[in-house]
Amino acid sequence: MADDAVDRPRRSRRGLTESVSRAMCRAFDAEDIAARDGLLQHLDPRIKVGGFVLLIVVAVSVRSLVVLGGLFGFAVLLALLSRIAPARLARQVWLGVFAFTGLVALPAIVLVPGEVVARVPGLAWPITLQGLRSAAFLLGRGETAATFAALLVLSTPWPHVLKALRAYRAPVVLVAILGMTHRYVFLLQSVAVQMVEARRSRTVGALGGRDRRRMAAATAGVLFGKALHLSSEVHLAMISRGYRGEVFLLDDFRTRPRDWVALAVFGAVAAMAMWFGGA
Amino acid sequence: MHIPDGYLSPATCAVAYAVAVPFWSIGFRRVKRVLHTRAVPLLAMVSAFSFVVMMFNLPIPGGTTAHAVGLGIGAVLLGPWAAMLAVSIALMIQALFFGDGGITAFGANCVNMAIAGPLVAYAVYRLVSGRSAIGSRRRVVAAALAGYAGINVAAFLAACEFGIQPMLFHDATGTPLYAPYPLSLAIPAMMAAHVTVAGAAEAVIAGGLVAYLQRANPELLEVTAARPGGGWRATRALWLGLGAMMVASPLGLLAAGMAWGEWGVEDFQDPESRAQIVAATGNAALPDGVPVGLERLSSLWTAPLPDYAPGFMHDPSFGYIVSAVVGAGLVSLAVLALAWIVARTRGQGPRTPESGAAHGG
Repeated sequence: MADDAVDRPRRSRRGLTESVSRAMCRAFDAEDIAARDGLLQHLDPRIKVGGFVLLIVVAVSVRSLVVLGGLFGFAVLLALLSRIAPARLARQVWLGVFAFTGLVALPAIVLVPGEVVARVPGLAWPITLQGLRSAAFLLGRGETAATFAALLVLSTPWPHVLKALRAYRAPVVLVAILGMTHRYVFLLQSVAVQMVEARRSRTVGALGGRDRRRMAAATAGVLFGKALHLSSEVHLAMISRGYRGEVFLLDDFRTRPRDWVALAVFGAVAAMAMWFGGA
Repeated sequence: MHIPDGYLSPATCAVAYAVAVPFWSIGFRRVKRVLHTRAVPLLAMVSAFSFVVMMFNLPIPGGTTAHAVGLGIGAVLLGPWAAMLAVSIALMIQALFFGDGGITAFGANCVNMAIAGPLVAYAVYRLVSGRSAIGSRRRVVAAALAGYAGINVAAFLAACEFGIQPMLFHDATGTPLYAPYPLSLAIPAMMAAHVTVAGAAEAVIAGGLVAYLQRANPELLEVTAARPGGGWRATRALWLGLGAMMVASPLGLLAAGMAWGEWGVEDFQDPESRAQIVAATGNAALPDGVPVGLERLSSLWTAPLPDYAPGFMHDPSFGYIVSAVVGAGLVSLAVLALAWIVARTRGQGPRTPESGAAHGG
């Protein structure tokens, strides 16, 4: 009991620190992978954004498990050609989706009514064909869509993803806000971790639940104040550089023949998937 | 709470985007009008703050821990419109960059967590806090209740979105193509976790934050504190939206089949309707005749506008619009009457609630 009481605050502190360090590691890794010499890395970001969004929509739309499997295979092939190791995708995407969606999908095999194909050993609950297919659809769609999304982010620097959104008529203000938010997320994360660490380093003994809640609320409060203060400073800096409420972004992407070929491949795969696996 | 890709059908996702876009548009216009050139940096910072708060692991009374969504905080500190935008942007970065929440389901996630949640949280905060002093304990309770109500409404909407999938989207063999659980399972499963743990986390962070700011930085709480003002300008967009929804109400006629669970005596007597009920309830066996209780209670009250079709009108679309106007009018009258009674009880004149404008700090 005493050990548990001592251990709990440490776990809580690790929660925020680990979340932040994991997010930062992921961001640095993504930049590293995006700089590699691979198929997707050489494509125009606008083509990649359009192509992957199309493939995600198709993965969510198809009504055939075989076609869904084919789309997943296509995603793995793209990863290999882009020097993104399947082990990384497994660690970053597949295991997480499997754990979360698998937990959600598992009861479906006995809860969805239909043709009974087996029974749960010891419990005699009926496992239905419809339930198995339903769970497979949920898991397959989740894994495939998440893999396509991960390939986009891993093969494209974040600023390029944002600039590519402009090609699809995303409001320039939205793109600017997304860019700034992404930048300051990491700053505020660091500030939050430093605040928690500073407080912990000045605390003797274990904090009770009430004190830990107060600490979390105080951290959030200080962080909000700092965010507002920072926004005022950034605003003044923007004004001093001539900002008058209009946002302009450089649009310097160039589309080459291989980009059009890639777009044609994305389109062909999507069309075939809908042809063979659509409603 | 973050719905991944594959749980909702493309049609559901499209509807969610269609619902979200007007809110984003109105929200941004309001924020820009109030903040001018400050809108971009402020929204970026507050979105980053929302993102970071979502990573906080909060100890919950009872020994467990949970992550807050932060929708209550945003609504309490910024008002609903700015909170709507900030949480939406935080959700977009989570979906695009961290794979937390789907890209096709982004609209639905925003409707639940960035639009409905903050709107409800703000309404609850304003209702409970009233005109109490900035440093009063009532504001702490109001913020906690706001966070709790906001996240539970968001969870309820998500559960409904899940629950309608097997009814609407299945193949010829009856296999659900998306979220496989009906409303009767999805709602209890989602709400059990949110009424207890997740709701408590949201209440803890929202109430705790207000309590902290009361001591350390009370002026930040004045942004959404009640003050006189409002009138037609403040609520114009809401009234126009209500009017547009009334005009669009005949779209309900396009829906095929009958509404699940809204069966009447005549539906149990009609063989075709019975077949539809059986199909919609997973082939559950129906009673041979009309259920006794349903038959007895159905004669208790006869609606003046049955099936949204007044008897004196031949055009069903116009009947829908008239029904929408009458229904919205009655609800508005009831709310105004309630506000008048509350004002009389407190010994002060009725006030128009402040618009929840794009407070920007």
